[in-house]
Amino acid sequence: MKILVCVKQVPDMESRFKPDGSGTWFEETDLAFRMNEYDEYAVEQAVQLKEQLGNEPEVTVLSIGPDRVNEAIKKALAMGCDKGAHIQDPAPQGKDPWQIASIIAQYARTEGFDLVFTGMQSQDRGSAQVGVLVAELLGFACATTLVGFAFADGVVTAKRELEGGIKGVAKLRLPAVVTCQLGLNIPRYPTLPNIMKAKKKEILAIPVADLLKEEAVAATARFYPPARKGGGIVLEGDVGNLVEQLYGILKEKTTVLR
Amino acid sequence: MKALLVCEYREGKLLDTTYELLAFADRIGAEKAMVLIGSDSALPACNSTVYLAEAAKYGEYNPDVHKKIVLDAVQRENADCIVFVHSSYGWDLAPRVAAALRAGQVSEIVGVVDGGYEVGCCNAKMRRAVTPTSGKAVLTVQAGAFSFTGTPQGTPKVERIDIPDGATPVEFVGYEPAEKKDVDLTRAEVIVSAGRGVGKKDNIPVIQALAKALGGELGASRPVVDAGWVDHSHQVGTTGQSVSPKLYVACGISGAIQHLAGMKKSDFVVAINKDKDAPIGEVADVLVVADVMQFVPALTAKLQ
Ligand SMILES: Cc1cc2nc3c(=O)[nH]c(=O)nc-3n(C[C@H](O)[C@H](O)[C@H](O)COP(=O)(O)OP(=O)(O)OC[C@H]3O[C@@H](n4cnc5c(N)ncnc54)[C@H](O)[C@@H]3O)c2cc1C
Repeated sequence: MKILVCVKQVPDMESRFKPDGSGTWFEETDLAFRMNEYDEYAVEQAVQLKEQLGNEPEVTVLSIGPDRVNEAIKKALAMGCDKGAHIQDPAPQGKDPWQIASIIAQYARTEGFDLVFTGMQSQDRGSAQVGVLVAELLGFACATTLVGFAFADGVVTAKRELEGGIKGVAKLRLPAVVTCQLGLNIPRYPTLPNIMKAKKKEILAIPVADLLKEEAVAATARFYPPARKGGGIVLEGDVGNLVEQLYGILKEKTTVLR
Repeated sequence: MKALLVCEYREGKLLDTTYELLAFADRIGAEKAMVLIGSDSALPACNSTVYLAEAAKYGEYNPDVHKKIVLDAVQRENADCIVFVHSSYGWDLAPRVAAALRAGQVSEIVGVVDGGYEVGCCNAKMRRAVTPTSGKAVLTVQAGAFSFTGTPQGTPKVERIDIPDGATPVEFVGYEPAEKKDVDLTRAEVIVSAGRGVGKKDNIPVIQALAKALGGELGASRPVVDAGWVDHSHQVGTTGQSVSPKLYVACGISGAIQHLAGMKKSDFVVAINKDKDAPIGEVADVLVVADVMQFVPALTAKLQ
């Protein structure tokens, strides 16, 4: 079996964001990048499946972006993926989800993967489209927002998260794409020996132009901070003072301290 | 512009969020038609055409079959845009329809602005204005962003959809009910919730102590539950409980939409966060910019 895991590198969400020169995305300077959280669940699930099947499947981790995305690829390799595919693209943010999906599908098609894992969405763009679009482009079965995954006899049993804690259960025959959600598993930390081992694993570099055949179908016109409705009080400063201030507010504005 | 609105139906019932689609269509000034894979007994009250396919025949949710039904309605209506709620149903089905139509999709729309549809990004800290550049467009709207005011009225004109059966690679097996809740947060007057910013499981008792000092219950955001720091019965949000206490204290919670959805009916919200720009600040009556592990014990001590 051949497994593909798609990962994106995103900025730390606790950062301050400001528009870049184009006005359509954020300025990257000063941002720390890491693997998209949802993709960590995808990597973990792929590696768990590999282990379940006696290490027979080969797991490839793919990421599209500039050189820095190699860090995310290396993390996935240290978590247990076998090899990396770095689709070199200095400006992936200029591509819409349809183009990103078409790049992945083009790569997957030539490699003949049976099962593709992605995160349910990225933390920065949050479109929740790429995984499903990859499946559609490849003609694969697909289930999204997995909080449960089992595999036996060529069939995936997927537990999808629905609203209000209800789950929907579906069975998918391979080839398939699944998109992963928080709570699916607890991603392992790469251990030092595994980080060392990962250094020897192969990372293929492929120029994005070799794989991109599609025009964009959506465009970002602007990137900007939300209009602050504000209204709330912001308290800053010394902890002792803050406690006194908040205590006073709670006494005045709520009934819970009476 | 003609909009085809895709209704949501689950376990025999039309979901209320369906009406938000009507509000959105009005907002963009579109002519409306709807499609429902459900039953005659669950038709939306409206004056539009509703294309109806029987869930009893096609399954409540089989993505590949539902895609075909929606595409059939798109064609019959010659719709310019196809609109879904950004829910487990919408985000699963919308990209399938978009791919089939080679249409640009804009996900989780929160507003309509100059330059396109407004969507949140970077964990709701920023916005983007996005425009589809294809002939047709697929749109998903954030639940709650376009509220439907008034009582739904009207009698739809029903057009039946029947599509040829075909084998599909996805088989819908059924639903699993939500886990039983030992803690009823819905009735709590005070809730003090722990978020990922609390740092580690060992710090949970500090948050619990504040909850106790305020005579309230412990709540939690999802990552805290998923990491096993707190039991699921304490989770607040779309996949947890919806609460409406007199006081909600969010400790180290960023304010992602799925969390806000569960707590925005609280009377008074205090957020403790070291990030002054955290989106929770938008709904908080008081945002205390501080480290939770320094501030919370000090507040608890003061209360005692
Ligand atoms: C389909 C779906 C359903 C979901 N359902 C739910 C749900 O029901 N409930 C829910 O909560 N989430 C839900 N989520 C997850 C949601 O999107 C967020 O990931 C989650 O709410 C984030 O939790 P958090 O705010 O605790 O963590 P984070 O977003 O990681 O935020 C942590 C915050 O803590 C602050 N912080 C860090 N350290 C400190 C410190 N020392 N002192 C003070 N502040 C600090 C940071 O500035 C940050 O703002 C769902 C997601 C999806 C996709």
